[in-house]
Order: sequence, then C-alpha cells, then structure tokens
Amino acid sequence: MDVFGSFALLLAFVCAVYALVGGIAAIVTRHPLLVKSARQAGMATCGLIFLATFCLEYLFFTDNFSIAYVASHSNRDLSAFYKIAALWSGMEGSLLFWSFLLAVYVLSVLITYRNKNGELMPYVGVVMAGVQLFFLTLSNFVESPFKALAAAGPDGVMSFVTRPDGNGLNALLQYPEMVIHPPNLYSGYTGFTIPFAFALGALLARYPGEKWIHLTRKWTMIAWMFQSCGILLGAHWAYAVLGWGGYWGWDPVENASLLPWLTGTAFLHSVMMQEKRGMMKVWNVWLVFTTFLLCIMGTFLTRSGVVSSVHAFAQSNIGPWFVGFMGITLAVCLGAYLKNSDYLKSENHLDSLISRESSFLFNNLLFLVACLAVLSGTLFPVFSEWFSGNRISVGAPYFNIVNIPVGLLILFLTGVGPLLAWRKTSTESLKRNFGWPLLIGVVVGAVAFALGFRAFFSTVCLFLCVFVASTILLEFYRGAKVIRARSGASYPACAIDLTMRNTRRYGGYIIHMGMVFVFLGLAGAAFNRDVQKSMRVGDTMQIGRYTLMLQGADSKPEQNYTAQRMLVEALSDNKPVMMLFPEKRRFAGNNQENGTMVAIYSTWKEDLYVVFAGIDPETREPVIHAFLNPLVKWIWFGGVVVVFGTIVALLPNRRSVLVLAPAQQPAGAQPLPHAVTSSVAFREGHD
Amino acid sequence: MGLGGKTKMKKQAKFGIGIGIIVVALGFLAWLGYGESKTYYHTIAELQGLNSSARAQRMRVGGTVAIGSIRRTAGRVDFVLEGEGKALPVSYGGSDPLPDTFVDKSQALVEGHLGPDGRFVAEHVQAKCASKYEAAPGGDTKGAAASSTQPSTM
Repeated sequence: MDVFGSFALLLAFVCAVYALVGGIAAIVTRHPLLVKSARQAGMATCGLIFLATFCLEYLFFTDNFSIAYVASHSNRDLSAFYKIAALWSGMEGSLLFWSFLLAVYVLSVLITYRNKNGELMPYVGVVMAGVQLFFLTLSNFVESPFKALAAAGPDGVMSFVTRPDGNGLNALLQYPEMVIHPPNLYSGYTGFTIPFAFALGALLARYPGEKWIHLTRKWTMIAWMFQSCGILLGAHWAYAVLGWGGYWGWDPVENASLLPWLTGTAFLHSVMMQEKRGMMKVWNVWLVFTTFLLCIMGTFLTRSGVVSSVHAFAQSNIGPWFVGFMGITLAVCLGAYLKNSDYLKSENHLDSLISRESSFLFNNLLFLVACLAVLSGTLFPVFSEWFSGNRISVGAPYFNIVNIPVGLLILFLTGVGPLLAWRKTSTESLKRNFGWPLLIGVVVGAVAFALGFRAFFSTVCLFLCVFVASTILLEFYRGAKVIRARSGASYPACAIDLTMRNTRRYGGYIIHMGMVFVFLGLAGAAFNRDVQKSMRVGDTMQIGRYTLMLQGADSKPEQNYTAQRMLVEALSDNKPVMMLFPEKRRFAGNNQENGTMVAIYSTWKEDLYVVFAGIDPETREPVIHAFLNPLVKWIWFGGVVVVFGTIVALLPNRRSVLVLAPAQQPAGAQPLPHAVTSSVAFREGHD
Repeated sequence: MGLGGKTKMKKQAKFGIGIGIIVVALGFLAWLGYGESKTYYHTIAELQGLNSSARAQRMRVGGTVAIGSIRRTAGRVDFVLEGEGKALPVSYGGSDPLPDTFVDKSQALVEGHLGPDGRFVAEHVQAKCASKYEAAPGGDTKGAAASSTQPSTM
C-alpha cells in the first residue's frame, strides 16, 4: 500500500506538471484539445492525491508500523477517530493533507466551470496547477509520508524493519477539537487559493470587468468561514486543553492563522467597492495576492518552526522551499501587475468622508494595520536578528496595545459602515439610522460605569457592542415592518422573509451580529480572576460567588491513558451547582506523556474553570487552580452565529423582483423599487 | 486647475490627514508596546559575555533541563538548564503550574531576568518533550503544542 501511495503521489506530480505546462501551451496556441487535456490533467491530479491520502489512512488503520510516519504518530490502542486525525499530526502528513484539501477545491472549480468562462479558465487552471505542483514537490521529494523504516543490521547493511507498536499520537492532540480544528483551518488556508487563482488568472488574461469577483465570492466566503471556524476552534482547544485559563496567547502559530483572516476579511469588504463603484481594483488584486501569500506563510510558520526555532524548538528543512515558492509567487504577481496594470484603472473617486466608500476605506486600513502589527510582532525575532544580530521577541503587551484599539475601531465601523449611503450621507439619514442606537449604547455604557465597570477598553467595547447590535436589529425591524405592512405576517416571519429575499445583505448583518458577540466575550477578559490552592479532601476555596470543595480523588483507566481525577464540587450560596472533574491524563506507551483536562462550568455570565494543577511536592496534596472568566461563552456562541450568517449569505435569494443585468449584479436583486443599477448607486444598504 | 480639481484635492487631503492620524497613533502605541514587552533571546553561553546593561534586560533563554535538577520547594521551583556545555541555575516562582511537558531532559525556554547572583529568575517557563524516536526534525505538531505557563493575555 505504501508503494501504491507513493506511486500515486508521483503520478499526481506528473499530471500537475502537465496541467501547468500543457495549460500554458493551451493559452499560447488556443488549441481546444490542448485546453481540454490540461483541464483533465488537473482533474487527474486531484484524483491521484485523493488516492494517496486514502493509502496513508489505510496504513494507519492497518497499524503498519514499518512506515516511519505511521510509527511515529500512531499506536495500536489509538481509537479510529484519532487515527484519522493522525494524518495531519506531523509534517509529512500535513503537507499531504494540504494537497488533499486543495484538490477538493480545485476539482470542484474545474467541474463547476468546465463548460463556462472559456477565456478565463485555462489561466485559472494553470495557477491552481502551479500551487499544487509546489506541494506535490514537497510531498514527493522532500517530506514523503510513505518513507519506510530501515535500520542497519549487525553486518552494517540497511534493511527494512517493522516496529511492534508505534509512538502514539501526541497527547495534546487527543481531543475532539484537534480532530476538527486543523481541517477547518487548512480548508481556510487552501480555500484562498481559489480567489487567488481567479484574480491572477483574470489579470493575466485581461479578463473584462468584475466577473472574477462574482465568480469567486462564494469560494472566498467558504474559505473565510472555514478560517474563522478554525481560528475559534483552535482558541477553544487552547482554552479547554492547555489549562492556562486563556484562549489566545499571541503565539506565532495562532498569529499565522489570524493573518490571512485579517486580509481575507478586508478583501471580502473591499470587493464591494469594486462591484458597486468600480474603485480599488489594484487594491483588491493585491489584497487577494497578499492573503494567499499569508496563507502559504501561515503553513510555513506552522510547519517549519522558523519562529519557534527562536524558542530553540524543532527546525525543519522545508523552510527554503517555502521561501522560494513565496518569492516565485510574488514575482509572478508583480510581473502580471506591471504588465497589465492599465487594466485595473479606477472608474470613480472618493466623494465624501462620511460615505460608504470611506467606511470601506477605513475598514481596510484598520484590517491592514492589524495585520501589519501582528505580522511584524510575529517575525520580529527573525528580522531583529538579521538587522542587529540580537534576537528580540515582543510579547502580548505589544500585540494588545495595538490590536485592542484597532479592533474597537473596526467594531465601530461594523455598526456605522453598512448604513452609510454610497457617495455621500445626509445628516438627516445619520440621525435616523444612528440616533436610537447611540442613545441605547450610551445608556448601557453609563449603567455599566455606574455599576462599577471601570476597565476602559471593556466599557468602550460594551458600549460599541450595544450600539452595533441596535443598528443591526433596527435594520431588521425596519425591513420587516415594510413587509408586514403588505403581508400582515408576524415580525419574526417577516424578518426571515426579508433575509431570504436578500441573503447577502442580511446574512452579512448576521455575521456582524456574531462578531458583536465575539467582542462582548473578549471584553470580559478584563475581569478574569484566579485562585490557586493546595487542598485536602474536605477543604474549600472561594472564587467569586462560587465555593469549591474537594470531595475526593480517583483514578480511571481508559483505552489509551489513565486519568487521575479530582472530584470538586462547586457550590453557589451553599447550594450545590455541579460536580467538576478536572483531570491529569497519563498516556500509555513509553513516552510518559501527560495531558490536562480542564473542567468548566460555563454560563452566559461567566465560566468557572477548574484545573488540577498537580501535586504539591512538599505536602503531597493536590493543587487546584480555579479561574473565573466572565462572558467567554459568548465568543463560542458568536462563532456559531458567524458560521450561520455565512451560510445564509451563501444561499441564493428566494426571488428577484427586478430584473437586473445578471453579470453585474447577481446578488443585488432587491424587493424594493429603490434598487437601482450600479451606475447610479444612491441607495443605502449592505449588499 | 479647475474648481473641481481643487475640491478633489481638498478631499484627498482630508482622507490623507485622517489616515495619517490613525497610522501615527497606532504606530506610537506599537512603539510603547514594543518597549514594554521586548525580550532578548540569548543562549546560555552568551549570558556570561553580556555587559551590565544587557544583563539587566528582560530575556529568554533556552536549554535542556538537567537530569535530576528539578527541586520543588515551597512557592518556587529550582532547576538547571544546560546548553552548549554550560549550565544555568533557574528559579521559577510564578503562580502558574509548570506545564505537563516540563520534566528531566525536556527542552525548556525560560523568560525573565538574570539575578545579581547569576541565578535566572523566570516568570514563564515553556517546555517541550524531547522527541523519542524521531531524531530528525519535523516531528512537531503545531508549534503551539509546547505548553507554557503564559497567562491569559486577552
């Protein structure tokens, strides 16, 4: 099976070479058969990558410990669930998994557009094949997942060996989130390849108009959704497993996942400027190029240890390959841009400071500043060593001090931007749209202040959350009222009807609402508290309104580990609330690996987060570390809302009342007669 | 230049000023944050050659935990980091429990200050188990897998 797998990978490499070279030849000669064969080579590449991936999984499921990758990332006791996850638990498998997910996207694109956009698709196919080729090169010739184990015998001759059992999966990865977090994040990373391929393809082909943006909107949103999901799942994993009471530590790997999300979010907004007003074309193209490069860099940072190496941790030899690939990509992008920059001329200019255009402009500026701040902070050790010889790293205060104000400004724009009119907004419309939300926000902020909330940023954040939520709810209310006047249905039914008529606009509002919840949860972090105590059975400790009493301890053998549990009872006002079982896990095998399982009692108000921190060496008593983290649940809830909103925005509109030119405004169909074409564009609203 | 051109210029100037204010303000904040949190990375061998001002800086030092050197006493943990043939005694007095991966022979990264007696006073300790079979690099699973005592930052 390993030979079969590596042969499939090699064939995939050959097909990708053909898709690239044949594709270029097809573009030059415009021979229809060549176009078709290049496309089919692209499809074959994808099929062969699937085959290779299934081979590796097969080796995991058959416990084939003659394969180096299987032996070092699995063992016989590992459950089937984690044998799937073992695929992406190391370098070689991760790279193959990258190719696998990319192949899913590429195949979908090739099939969806096989008979459409004949001018553009050969270019797109070539770009996609180029990206695939890079990862296949790594999988075939640098980090092959199918390497067999070999050892030198007594006579010095190397021969194949099979180990009786494998090393097992890293203990930190044996949690359900770790099974779904990497696929989400990688789906995000790989998914941005599609808008990148279309943008670069359109630029190379001088493909007219904004068609590439319409074609890629859904792909971009899907990638964005996975990326958002992946980031939040990663944060949740860090929260529930690492046991340090927080969910975000500005670790290089976390930052790497945030960077393309920031530029990708900026891109999703700024393309609207191009769709509606024909502006910011150069900007959009470069945003999507940057997003793709950051995705590659994210994979690179995660996998190569270039930044971790500053922390004296594992290094790898794939670094130069990634740097080379990013260099080539940048050179191709720059070349295409310089050659065809006249094609990206803006059709309009900014008119007013208080307009939709300027809100998009500032939105993009802020996202980019955040991205630059995170990027520079993450790479600071690398650059400072180049320039001064000293490896200097920056910590959380650096990231927080820049990103908290930027985040709050973006939150403010989330409320304001969608309600500003294109070109210029009248004072009257400002009053109408923002009067009530502003009032409600100020009242809530003042009440919070009176109740003793003194953390500056958190109070501002609370005010903004209420303000933005009010503007969104007001929008739903107004729209529903218009429909209700005609249909007489209930308000919720009208709101659903409204959403289904313009999914893009109202799905966008739902996403914004989800982000409001996320921000609300983040604001709670200013009020985190923690207590640590070494306890005997029967001892109590107090945190907030909770009393924790240690009731006992036990030991629970599981399939792959032994859990040492503490039985902690949580009481509130002397009434029992819940039994909590924080545990330490000792994993089987000769690794002696330990894991922590945090026990969390989560409410909308706060999380009671209890960690069994270990045994006090002096007293031999267990140490319990308890945290009280307000509002954390809202972050995860916000994430669910964001995903729901994205799915709504991806749905087609239920009916279009006005017939608009489909090529220009496929999603702009509005039930109300003030929907006009983009050339006039006086209407308000977010779509 | 016509009247339209002038108003256009004026508007662009307005945008320029707005953007400028935001960028300068955030740049200033970044500079503040940099000053507050910059940390120098040194190897154990480098520590001895540092001058007195460099010794006062906040720093990170990486090394391997010497076998049998971990001593837990009330409120603090002492251990010895080894690297490049040199040794560095470390005291960790932070309130956060040490990570599960912190054991003999694990690779550890300590962050804090160098005390006047040459003992390193650590505020944070990160640790990663030495790889078992896989001597070659690349066996790591997401850099984040290194556990740490880093407190919540948000």
